[in-house]
Amino acid sequence: MDDRVEVRKTYKLFINGVFPRSESGRTYPALDSKGKLLAHAALASRKDARDAVLAARAAQPGWAARDAYSRGQILYRIAEMLEGRRDQFETEITRCEGLSARRATGVVNATIDRWVWYAGWADKITQVLGSSNQVSGPYFNFSVPTPTGVVAAVAPARSSLLGLVSVIAPIIVTGNTVVCLAAPEKPLPAISLAEVLATSDLPAGVVNILTGQPHTVGPWLAEHADVNALDLSGVDDDSLATEMAVGAAGTIKYALPPCDSDWTLDPGLGRLSAFMNTTTVWHPQGR
Amino acid sequence: MTTTWDGRTGATALRQFLHALPGVDEVGAHGRAAMLSSRSIKADAKRRAIDLAISMVDLTTLEGADTPGKVRALSNKALRPDPLDISVPSAACVCVYSDMAGIAREVVGDAVHVAAVATAFPSGRAALAVKQADTQDAVQRGADEIDMVIDRGAFLAGDYAKVFNEIVDIKQVCAGAHLKVILETGELATYDNVRRASWLAMMAGADFIKTSTGKIAPAATLPVTLVMLEAVRDWYLATGVRIGVKPAGGIRTAKDAIRYLVMVNETAGPEWLTPDLFRFGASGLLNDLLMQRQRMSTGHYSGPDYVTID
Amino acid sequence: MNFDYAPAPESRDLVTIDAHYGLFIDGEFVEPTDGTSFKTINPATEEVLAEVSEAGPNDVDRAVRAAQAAYAKVWSKMPGAERAKYLYRIARLIAERSRELAVLETLDNGKPIRESRDVDMPLVSAHFFYYAGWADKLEHAGFSDAPRPYGVAAQIIPWNFPLLMLAWKIAPALATGNTVVLKPAETTSLTALAFAQICQDAELPAGVVNIVTGDGATGRALVEHPDVNKVAFTGSTEVGRQIQRAIAGTTKGLTLELGGKAANIVFDDAPLDEAIEGIVNGIYFNQGHVCCAGSRLLVQESVADDVLERLKSRLTMLRLGDPMDKNTDIGAINSPAQHARIAELIAAGDEEGAQRWTAPCVLPDKGWWIAPTVFTGVTQAHRIAREEIFGPVLSVLSFRTPEEAVIKANNTPYGLSAGIWSEKGSRTLWMAERLQAGVIWANTFNRFDPASPFGGVKESGFGREGGRQGLGAYLQREVR
Repeated sequence: MDDRVEVRKTYKLFINGVFPRSESGRTYPALDSKGKLLAHAALASRKDARDAVLAARAAQPGWAARDAYSRGQILYRIAEMLEGRRDQFETEITRCEGLSARRATGVVNATIDRWVWYAGWADKITQVLGSSNQVSGPYFNFSVPTPTGVVAAVAPARSSLLGLVSVIAPIIVTGNTVVCLAAPEKPLPAISLAEVLATSDLPAGVVNILTGQPHTVGPWLAEHADVNALDLSGVDDDSLATEMAVGAAGTIKYALPPCDSDWTLDPGLGRLSAFMNTTTVWHPQGR
Repeated sequence: MTTTWDGRTGATALRQFLHALPGVDEVGAHGRAAMLSSRSIKADAKRRAIDLAISMVDLTTLEGADTPGKVRALSNKALRPDPLDISVPSAACVCVYSDMAGIAREVVGDAVHVAAVATAFPSGRAALAVKQADTQDAVQRGADEIDMVIDRGAFLAGDYAKVFNEIVDIKQVCAGAHLKVILETGELATYDNVRRASWLAMMAGADFIKTSTGKIAPAATLPVTLVMLEAVRDWYLATGVRIGVKPAGGIRTAKDAIRYLVMVNETAGPEWLTPDLFRFGASGLLNDLLMQRQRMSTGHYSGPDYVTID
Repeated sequence: MNFDYAPAPESRDLVTIDAHYGLFIDGEFVEPTDGTSFKTINPATEEVLAEVSEAGPNDVDRAVRAAQAAYAKVWSKMPGAERAKYLYRIARLIAERSRELAVLETLDNGKPIRESRDVDMPLVSAHFFYYAGWADKLEHAGFSDAPRPYGVAAQIIPWNFPLLMLAWKIAPALATGNTVVLKPAETTSLTALAFAQICQDAELPAGVVNIVTGDGATGRALVEHPDVNKVAFTGSTEVGRQIQRAIAGTTKGLTLELGGKAANIVFDDAPLDEAIEGIVNGIYFNQGHVCCAGSRLLVQESVADDVLERLKSRLTMLRLGDPMDKNTDIGAINSPAQHARIAELIAAGDEEGAQRWTAPCVLPDKGWWIAPTVFTGVTQAHRIAREEIFGPVLSVLSFRTPEEAVIKANNTPYGLSAGIWSEKGSRTLWMAERLQAGVIWANTFNRFDPASPFGGVKESGFGREGGRQGLGAYLQREVR
């Protein structure tokens, strides 16, 4: 056994590109799959959620206005960085999820591949979901998918890395920004992902990650008037899902229902299209 | 505003003015014209509209085969469109080539106007002096209205000053005859050009702006007339002077004519609903108006044997 | 010459209106369980047109069960190509009867016959024709290799375009293989009931389309019915909110097409005459009872005076009166309740110090009417610049730069539509990318087409109607 004393990491929140502690000053114990303490994670409060929404809102117009090619490049670069830190992720999900080393490798592979898959959609999704519409009359009419804006997401509770990435990547690749609640029992891979994002070219505020309890923070995000849509994928409690869906109705937010499925399946376009609206433009054709 | 646009400064200022006029969206103009066409004019309103339209007809013959006999016949028709019904108003005018103006004047006296097309009609391709002489000749023969054509080549080449100055020069030799300026909108092609040419003609002293010679397709259309009516309305708002509008060519039915009157009513306004400010350049239209008039007074449909063919 | 147009009334004899209508459930007209009914009134004359049944919870349950049975036994098993033929039949039957349906719509709704004849009915028929063609091509629509309908769709529609909104709801729902229970607005049920007869004439299988008339209570019972799989609603944002709350936590699909407060933005280089027409069409079309109405005119300050002068002059030519007259431009306000709502907001505009100008129209003695109204001197801080009025009332604001126009246009919880008037294509596209609206009309306004997706963002709702995208509202979203 190595005599050296390990330098332990403090796990904090990820808001606007930096890592603050919770403004509440509170933490909660994150345990490994056998119940042993891994770390104390920050317990996000409603004010942290508010700060995260502010950051996401501030970042959104610029992120959406960036060339899609550039968004794709930035996301692809993140995949490169994930590959470089794969050992760390394998270790963390082994501990958090109790996976064998081999399965952990498989999950990290799938995670990186998922990220690359979504990164490539940045400058293609408009061609697939958009259309030129043959209206009757002398008009040029086209429809383009446009980002919804700020999305609040609850990451899946069981799949702490692959599930998390499968939720975040389709939201941001199309120009949305996100405030994501990490899996409450397994928050560590989410914060390690945040460390990758923080050192990447991703603009501050595009991804904000909160650790803590969906029960305390989720409803605040659901009702927040400056949040445009909800991804309830990871909400595994029916009453919380209903409470958040009711909250969403206050400002007519689309809420993607809970869906903590098999994250290794081919994702299809469902998540990409869920957080885009169609904008249709009419223009006359005359001399 | 009837000054000459001389020299480079004047020409530039004229161009800048015309190009600063608001654009016309073709699709929108067509939509507005189509909406106005859907008005339903019935009963007494229709009766009055038909009589008004008859009184606005510039009864026209502009053929190489025109003879004194043909012009006399047409002139009589203008005086008494329906010889069996004296309640039918006279047409506004007889419109002929300048060499026929005297014959028309002999027949109509002072009862209706005589218009002569001048200035190397229909192409307008002649020297200014020739055009002026053509105009003077028409006036001397008794025309009290001159239908001149603009130089579309100069207009399309961007030489607005030349077009402007030519109108001024023709106006000078009109000796009081009313000047109708034919834009030949079918050759101007775009509504932006129609709007610019309308303003150009009004600034140069036109009493009327007229769509077409009748020799080029398309001749008068509802949208082109709409744009010209908007121009005379805006000119009135700017100067307090009302300029007339004359769609010519292609208007054949009473139904068409009523659509134009609706457009005049709802675009320039009811003040324009007088032969002094609105005319139809047409020939066959008059008989259709008469047949519709007969239909309304007799209660049954009329036929071509019950109107005169001249 | 004063050219007064003689009255040109469309013939009322074109339609026969029954004294009483039942509910259309399982292919037949049936009486409501508790026998309640209400009167539907011509808002232009206050004449009672007919008595319409009010569906209670039992009736709603019967209708949902009929729809469920039709889905399970007939419609879900029928090949798309066969479903298509029924929709084509319906499209043709509507076209054949369009003159009659236009008259019925105008009598019940108060909108000018010119609009129901030239706008509503052609679009209704076209919408069925368009979606008929999709029914056997769904696997090519880009949603899934094996697209799945929801099952029973509950559809609630407003009174402003009664039959057109029915078409927007029913055509895509049937094309994708759902069966429907539709509730028309209580003030405008008659064309929906005529549509029920068309379903019979088309020999549409019983239960595929069910129409339950009634008020908000009927709608609530329908939305909350446990066997409904999908809810589609067009109407006010407030009711949309209630519906979204009511079905929260269920697996029901939801699409909402709600209110709006659209900016119609006029730049100094606009095609001015067409822009004036666009402003008029934007807010005075259908008495302003249009969710996507251009109710906020944002005009560049450098041309504001000129635009307003031209606009007022144009408005004096609008012809308000008998909706059945073919020359009427402005018809009746649909109901006394709506009239009161508009009047309240006009009073608010007065109280808050905006300058009101009203077109010089003579209002008929009977019925509910509001003359075209323009408020100038309006700022973002006025209620009439914030709240949807849903009437012929225009609020005029000014701006100085394109950036300011975008900020002001987007500064609303709504996001349904927007208009841009400019001859500069580059700026138009710049604006279009920044305006938060589901539909953007450049140098035109209030255009609709079955192939063109329509719907809002923010509090104007989610989901699209029309076009390929409109199929998505009635196919289960595949999310993994």
